[in-house]
Amino acid sequence: MKADPAGVLTGAHYLDGDFACGEGAMAAGCRFVAGYPITPSTEVVERISRRFPMMGGIFIQMEDELASMAAVVGASWTGTKSMTVTSGPGFSLMMENIGLGAMMEAPCVVVNVQRGGPSTGLPTMVGQADIMQARWGSHGDYELIALSPQSPQEAFDLTIDAFNLSEIYRVPVMFMMDECVGHMTEKVVIPPAEEIEVVPRKLSKLKPEEYWPYSVNGGDIPEMVRAGDGYRFHTTGLTHDHRGYPDMSAECQELCVRRLVEKIKHNADKIVRFEEEETDGADVVVVTYGITARVARMGIEMARKKGVKVGVIRLIVIWPFPEKRIRELAGMVKAFVVPEINYGQIVLEVERCAAGKAAAVPVSHGGGGVHDPNDVCQAILGAAK
Amino acid sequence: MSKITTDETEILAQQHPIAPYLRMDRMPHIWCPTCGIGTVVKCYATALEQSGVDLDKVAVVSGIGCTGRVAGYMKLDAFHTTHGRAIPFATGLKLGRPEMLVTVFSGDGDLAGIGGNHLIHTGRRNIDMLVILVNNFIYGMTGGQNAPTTPIPARSSTMPYGNFEPPFNLPHLVASCGATYVARWTSLHIRRLTKSFNEAIHRKGFRFIEVIAPCSTLYARLNKLGTGFHLMQFYHDHAEIHHGIDTREVGIGYQDTIICGKFIDEEKPTFLELMNNHYRKVLGDKFVPMPLEGGMIREQD
Repeated sequence: MKADPAGVLTGAHYLDGDFACGEGAMAAGCRFVAGYPITPSTEVVERISRRFPMMGGIFIQMEDELASMAAVVGASWTGTKSMTVTSGPGFSLMMENIGLGAMMEAPCVVVNVQRGGPSTGLPTMVGQADIMQARWGSHGDYELIALSPQSPQEAFDLTIDAFNLSEIYRVPVMFMMDECVGHMTEKVVIPPAEEIEVVPRKLSKLKPEEYWPYSVNGGDIPEMVRAGDGYRFHTTGLTHDHRGYPDMSAECQELCVRRLVEKIKHNADKIVRFEEEETDGADVVVVTYGITARVARMGIEMARKKGVKVGVIRLIVIWPFPEKRIRELAGMVKAFVVPEINYGQIVLEVERCAAGKAAAVPVSHGGGGVHDPNDVCQAILGAAK
Repeated sequence: MSKITTDETEILAQQHPIAPYLRMDRMPHIWCPTCGIGTVVKCYATALEQSGVDLDKVAVVSGIGCTGRVAGYMKLDAFHTTHGRAIPFATGLKLGRPEMLVTVFSGDGDLAGIGGNHLIHTGRRNIDMLVILVNNFIYGMTGGQNAPTTPIPARSSTMPYGNFEPPFNLPHLVASCGATYVARWTSLHIRRLTKSFNEAIHRKGFRFIEVIAPCSTLYARLNKLGTGFHLMQFYHDHAEIHHGIDTREVGIGYQDTIICGKFIDEEKPTFLELMNNHYRKVLGDKFVPMPLEGGMIREQD
C-alpha cells in the first residue's frame, strides 16, 4: 500500500543521516518509538519526538535500553509499527529482547548508529564493529535481517525497506548505520506519499477458534493477529508449538527454531541486496558497506589508475549475506579486499564464502575515524600481485 | 469414596467456575501442591468475571518465574516475556493500543529484583496498568535462591546461613513512586483479594497489588516452617488488616505480622492523559492523539 501522507515530509531537504532515518521511519508508518538517549543516535528520536504528536505517534523515553526493546516488542503485538534507536552499549542491552522479538516473531526495527567500542569506547566517533553482534548478539539460534546505509538519502530509503522487510518476514530488522552516516548532512529527497510503498501488517483472516499463532501449514511465516481483537492467543519466549504453548522437548525445539532460521535462509535470495560494479574480469573485488563504501571509493580509483581491474560489491543488506555471489566471484578473482572499521568481521564471512578459492584481505581500522584511501589502495595493489 | 474415572475428572475440570478464563488444554499446571499462585489466579479470574470488562481487550503479561507462568494459563491475549521485562513490554502494549486493559502478573524476583528499575519508573510515569505481584519471599523456579523480598534472617539456597540483606517494603516502594492504588493481601484472603482485584480493575493509572503466597517446596522447607497448610495457618494468625496505614509501617519481618489492606486509592492523571492534555495545550489543533484502537496502518478497502 501507499504511505500515510501524515508521516511523509515530501520535498528536498538538507538532513543528517539520523534525521533522515527518523523521517524514513515516520514515512514507513512507524507510530511507536521507545528509546533511551545515547550518542551518536539520539538525533533520530529527537526528530521523531518533535513530529510524532502531529501524526498520532507515541515516543516514550524509557528508563534503559532493556525496557526500550521490551516495549517495542510489546507494541508490535498491537499492530502499531514500532522501532527503537541506540548505539553500541545500548545495543548490547537490547540483545535479550531482540531475542524475544525473534522468538515471538514480532516485526520491529532496531537502529544502531555505530560508534567505536568495546564498552563505552568512542561515544562520538565512528565504528563498524557491531556487525557480527547484529547477527549473533542474542543467545541461541535465530536469523534476522540487517541493512547498512551509506548516505542520509539511503538512511531514509532503507529505513522504509527495513520496516517492510520486518513485516514480510516477521523479524526484528537491524538498521546498522554508523556515526559518519548518522552525522553527515546531505541532500535528502523525500518523495510524495503516493510514491512510497509500505507493507502493512498482514492480519490473519481466520476466526479465533480456528487460529493458532504459529501454524504455518508448510510455509515459513505464520499469520499474525494483534492483541485486543478477540483471538485470546498466547505467545512466549519459551520454545513453543504451533499453538504458542511451551513444549520443552528436543522435537519441538527442532520444529520451532529450525523454522526461525529457515524462514530467512529460504528467502535469502529475495532479501539479499548489494550493488555490484565492474566485477567482470576483475582481479580484485572490494567488499564494503556503510561509510567505508564511500571512503574506499578513492582507494579503488587510485588502484584502477595503476592498472588493476577492481570490482566492487557494496552490501546494502548485510544479513543475510550474499553468499552465492561471493562464491561465484571467488572462482574468478584473485582476491577480495574488505575494508571495514573493525578488526575483521565481514572479511570472515567473505573468507568463508571464498572457501580458499580467493584470498580475503582485511583492511582494518579500529574506529574513531575512517580509512586512509591509500591503505585501501595499497591493500588492493598487494592483493592483485 | 468411589473412584473418579478419567472422563469424570475431565467433566469436573470443565465445570470449574473459572474454566472459561483458563487454557484448560494446558492443565495440569506446573505449580507445586499448596503453592499460592493458583489461588491468586482464581481470584483474578473471578474478579474479571465480576468486573464486566470486555475480555477481548484484556491482556496479561508475565515475566519469568513461577508466577511468570500465569500468562501461559490465562485464556486471554497473554504474553510470557523475558525476565524482569513484563512491565516495559506491557507499556508498549498499552501505548500501542490505548484501549487495552493490561495486567502484569509476575513474581517478587521478576518485578522487584531484575525488573526493579522498570517497576519504579512505570509507577513514576503512572502508566495505566494493574500489576499483580505474588510474593513468596524466594526465587522458586530456580530452586530457592535469595530474593529482594527475603526477610532477615530467613534461609534461602544462596543464603544458607540466613539472609542478612534488608528486603524491600514493596507497597512503600511503589507508593513513593506514585502508584494510584496499592494493596496487600495474602492468598488466604480470597474474598478480600478478589474484591481488591475487581476494584483495581476499575481504577486508572499504575495499580499495584502484592499477594503474599506460600512456597512450601522451598521457602517453607528451607526454613522448617512446615507445609503450605502451616503457612496458611500462619497467615490466618498473623495477618492484620490496616486500611490506609502509612506504607512505611508495612515492611515484613521474618515470621512477623503481615499487614494487609488497601493502603492507597487515589485518582491521578495517567501517562496517556498527561501526554494528551499537554500536547493539546501546547500544540492545539495540530495534535493528533494515538487512536484508541492503536496506530496500525491498514490497507484501504
